[in-house]
Amino acid sequence: MAIEVCDVNKSFGTTPVLRDVSVDISSGSLTALLGPSGGGKSTLLRIIAGLEVPDSGTVVISGVDATRLSPQRRNVGFVFQHYAAFKHLTVYRNVAFGLEVRKRPKAEVRRRVHELLELVHLEQMADRYPAQLSGGQRQRMALARALAVEPEVLLLDEPFGALDAQVRKELRTWLRRLHDEVHVTTVFVTHDQEEAMDVADEIVVLANGAVEQVGSPDEIYDNPANPFVMSFLGPVTNLAGHLVRPHDIDVSATERSGGTAAAVTRIVRLGFEVRIEMRIDEQDVWAQLTRGTADSLGIEPGDTVYLRPSPHAKRLASPGSGRPVQEPAG
Amino acid sequence: MTRYLLRALALVYLLFLLVIPVGLIVWRTFADGMGPVIDALTSDEALHAFQVTLIVAVWAVALNTVFGVGTAVLLVRRRFPGKRLLSALIDLPVAVSPVIVGLALILVYGRFAPVGGWLERNGIQVIFSVPGMVLATVFVSLPLVVRAVVPVLEELGDEQERAAHTLGASPLQTFRRITIPGIQWALAYGIVLCLARALGEYGAVAVVSGRIVGETQTLTLFVEESFQNFDQTSAFAAATALALIAVVTLLIAKLLRPKGT
Amino acid sequence: MGTGLGVGTAVLYLSLIVLIPLAAVVWRAGGQGIGYVWQAIRTPDSWAALELTLVASVIVALVNVVMGTVIAWVLVRDRFPGKAIVDMLIDLPFALPTIVAGLVLLALYGANSPLHVNLAYSEAGVVVALLFVTLPFVVRTVQPVLLELDRDMEQAAYSLGAGQWVTFRRIILPNLAPAMLSGAGLAFTRSIAEFGSTVLISGNIPFKTQVAAVNVAGRIESDNLTGAAAVSTALLLVAFVVLIMLDLVQRWAGRRD
Repeated sequence: MAIEVCDVNKSFGTTPVLRDVSVDISSGSLTALLGPSGGGKSTLLRIIAGLEVPDSGTVVISGVDATRLSPQRRNVGFVFQHYAAFKHLTVYRNVAFGLEVRKRPKAEVRRRVHELLELVHLEQMADRYPAQLSGGQRQRMALARALAVEPEVLLLDEPFGALDAQVRKELRTWLRRLHDEVHVTTVFVTHDQEEAMDVADEIVVLANGAVEQVGSPDEIYDNPANPFVMSFLGPVTNLAGHLVRPHDIDVSATERSGGTAAAVTRIVRLGFEVRIEMRIDEQDVWAQLTRGTADSLGIEPGDTVYLRPSPHAKRLASPGSGRPVQEPAG
Repeated sequence: MTRYLLRALALVYLLFLLVIPVGLIVWRTFADGMGPVIDALTSDEALHAFQVTLIVAVWAVALNTVFGVGTAVLLVRRRFPGKRLLSALIDLPVAVSPVIVGLALILVYGRFAPVGGWLERNGIQVIFSVPGMVLATVFVSLPLVVRAVVPVLEELGDEQERAAHTLGASPLQTFRRITIPGIQWALAYGIVLCLARALGEYGAVAVVSGRIVGETQTLTLFVEESFQNFDQTSAFAAATALALIAVVTLLIAKLLRPKGT
Repeated sequence: MGTGLGVGTAVLYLSLIVLIPLAAVVWRAGGQGIGYVWQAIRTPDSWAALELTLVASVIVALVNVVMGTVIAWVLVRDRFPGKAIVDMLIDLPFALPTIVAGLVLLALYGANSPLHVNLAYSEAGVVVALLFVTLPFVVRTVQPVLLELDRDMEQAAYSLGAGQWVTFRRIILPNLAPAMLSGAGLAFTRSIAEFGSTVLISGNIPFKTQVAAVNVAGRIESDNLTGAAAVSTALLLVAFVVLIMLDLVQRWAGRRD
């Protein structure tokens, strides 16, 4: 294991932020800490980096108990959401900083910095100041700066949070590829489930200061441990007291066994996808169909349709109907 | 550790440079009770100094307020050639020694200067008289109102003023009902600073007033004269009165200061 | 009201009170030729006063850079009861009349000093008076920069292996430097112009404790207006040069933002 977090508790004042959090992160993995804002994921990351001290619990990095170690002795690379660029230093000097404070020989520093600037495609920008870079470039500089000291682990706090949608998508793919090249154990914080599933090979879902579930993106999407994880990872709708993914609902125009009757209220065509909005008694429900399927049904608002979960659909008892119970697919 | 060391260093420095000296004066002033202080501050000379100080300060503040608001509106809302130069010139008085201010005014408005001579032949004495003291005070406190109002006026934007125009308000109505309410706190802040500076000005007034006791002596000049004449009670009493004005100014300014600065 | 009329009025006001009188000072001095100005400055008493003023002002600027930054640091980064009051006290020297400032210092550092430290009529007294009136400059220029300083930058430095001192020297200090410099510059220009606060504590002893502004005042009193104008012109020139340098520093610092 590259990082072992064990029973960590942390409060700010009287507000608990992390409660008995334990997470193991394997060497060379790319892990996402996913959860709603205020869920404690950034605090956990900062505790791993040594920028916050846990009230109790331990943090072990590469087999060494790092709980009481100051950030400068942990050999972690940390990338801040808002880059934390050293405004008064050029891109080159920013990246060189960690090596310079370690008093590495000049020639080695120069070689390493150029290597990294090449890796993040900023060779041309070496003499610029951070203010002269775009947001995406600044973030790449921050990444190169963190990687320059060859950290045991690389930690990124909402690395794409401050960027616009287009740049964000590019950087995601790029981070994934970078990780495949560098293989450093990487943990990043995000509140965007799509980003987590796109980039990470392991996801830790954190909410209200506790770990809700750990697993690969597929595992978490297909086998959510509870209604919260299910609804956080993707769209859900309520069918006969169960949470179901809207794309896991079979819609039929004719009555059939096990089908629940629903009145169609609205049909929304979003290109390839068609959303059918319906009501069962007083409850709203919706299904997600492909255009072809929807057209072959030939339904219109006002019609009655019959719904049932598709054969391999994941269903969870909805939070309103007692404790979340996992049921076999129907 | 470093933290406590720095805190101690800062506080000790402030204590010995600022707090103890000011406190000592106040303490010495009231060492013999209120009686001597009241006597010292109600002597004919002191009362007259109060009066002169007030007259000069009110004139200077009034002039600089009108100039300050007008110039701030010009600098923020209008375009004209030389705007940056005008803005730079307004800050000029800050860098000029009060004594040089006095000298400069004497060279233009003194009895033997062309302008001053002409004015004197027409019955207006400027130097060694109240008009000169007003001019000197205006000079040293000139940028204060402008600099207090400009940032607020900039932040306010001209949208509301334009809206008022479209609703049929005349420029004067817009100014009175939209612009002034928008800048009122900043304006009050600037006026308080200007008033404090005017009441406390010493150097420039010392040079142009001629220090004629019972005529052109202000409070600050009264402090100096009393001290040089070994009348410590009067000097300390007047100094404490001025220090009190300063502290009150600080408190008011703190309340009025636009947020974020 | 027309812009033209408004600008005309503003310029007239500024001219009558500030520009024409200042021009008159330079004119009066320059009218006699550069040689005369130089001679007037080189008169032994004026030269000594200018020398004292410049040396004291440099010392004052240096002390302010250190102490002003320390005070700003404590006000921004430290927490202790009464901090708000300390913060307000910083502005007191700006609000207090200069003559009162001098009197106040004389109470603690004069002949009747309860500390038995008598700085009256000494060069040290001049420096203390100048330190008093210039206290707010560096504090008030550094404080907002320190408040705005991105704390993540420091944490980034720590996580890259830098210790506290290295982080201060290589990350914080370079970011504060422009503000420190401009505060020091303002303190310096204020010092060379200062009059009221030095009058009482210095005793105005020529060749010893007389500062330039007092020297000018003396010449005015003895009706030597031309000589006064010459020394004034020298002072204005120094102030002007320092202000231009400050402007250059600001531009240099601004190039990175």
